[in-house]
Amino acid sequence: MRSHWRLLLTVVWLSASLSGHLWAAEPRSGYAFQSSDTQTLQDDDFQNPGMLWVDQGEVLFQTAAGNSGKACVDCHADMQGVARSFPQRNPDTGQLMSLTQQIQHCRTTHQQATPIRYESTPALALSAYIGYQSTGLPFAPVPASLAMELERGEAYYYQRKGQLNLGCQHCHEDSVGEMLRGDKISQGHGNGYPIYRLEWQSAGSLHRRLRSCDIGVRAQPHQLGSQTYTEVELFLRQRAGSLPLEVPAVRR
Amino acid sequence: MTLINTRISVPPQAQANTVVEIKTLVSHPMESGYRIDYMGEMIPRNILTRFTCEYLGQPVLEAEFGPGIAANPFMAFNLLATTTGELVFTWTDQHGEVSTETRTLLVVDP
Repeated sequence: MRSHWRLLLTVVWLSASLSGHLWAAEPRSGYAFQSSDTQTLQDDDFQNPGMLWVDQGEVLFQTAAGNSGKACVDCHADMQGVARSFPQRNPDTGQLMSLTQQIQHCRTTHQQATPIRYESTPALALSAYIGYQSTGLPFAPVPASLAMELERGEAYYYQRKGQLNLGCQHCHEDSVGEMLRGDKISQGHGNGYPIYRLEWQSAGSLHRRLRSCDIGVRAQPHQLGSQTYTEVELFLRQRAGSLPLEVPAVRR
Repeated sequence: MTLINTRISVPPQAQANTVVEIKTLVSHPMESGYRIDYMGEMIPRNILTRFTCEYLGQPVLEAEFGPGIAANPFMAFNLLATTTGELVFTWTDQHGEVSTETRTLLVVDP
């Protein structure tokens, strides 16, 4: 009789762990896991060092570049809420693009200007400036047309990787609130990017953060701007639920 | 000098003989000179060494920065507003290059 119970429990446990992802916690921004000093830094638009990038992005947005002689603002008058629906499929190329990749695409195709690197200052500055105009608004729901990409992003998120053999969920779902060296482990939401990270002493993209995590579990990291990271970014957009954007966020 | 961006916060106006808060934030890497890059080479030191603020031609704050100051230094300080006048902010880097910004502090009588 006893062994029957054990068998039954094993079956229940197995089916629970195989039936996909049971994480259903209330989404909490990474902000909630920061020290009050760091939160103060983010709250004050003047003190927030990420605003240096926003300011610079505003200048770049209005500066003509390339053979077209056009500035971003010549096509895009109002960018409020635009960052909510990235990553999205680019209608010209059919590719999934993050906001930064869309900026890179606009720059080479529409402005006919020299390309900018993914993690370069202009790319971060323009992304921060556009992201800032969606601060306080939640991400837009992911459309059904991106189901394939969403599924691949989710698969990467839950896949065990690296020498430490960890998936993202082992820290950001199972160990939320615990300490990882000096850091409190957050739920791993992507609602504040580009962030100003105190450790980096600079603004940085979500792809840079994902790369750092991959390196942290001793996995082979992907390139900044890679398709894989953009798909993960898409999954994180869906996973963030109703969390408002808070660009540029400040993190430790 | 490579001060791409300077943010200065001065109240739009102040009552005479009141204390006002001035805040500055500049973009600078403040590279300490102790770090090595991915190739194992030393990254050369690149820091601001001095910040000053003058009000009505008189220094109100002078600060020496060393390699331990974080990137994008933020300064906040108070001064006593007496009469309307110019605030002159200067940042000097290790090569002696100077970047200057000026703001007007408008003082009104109560």
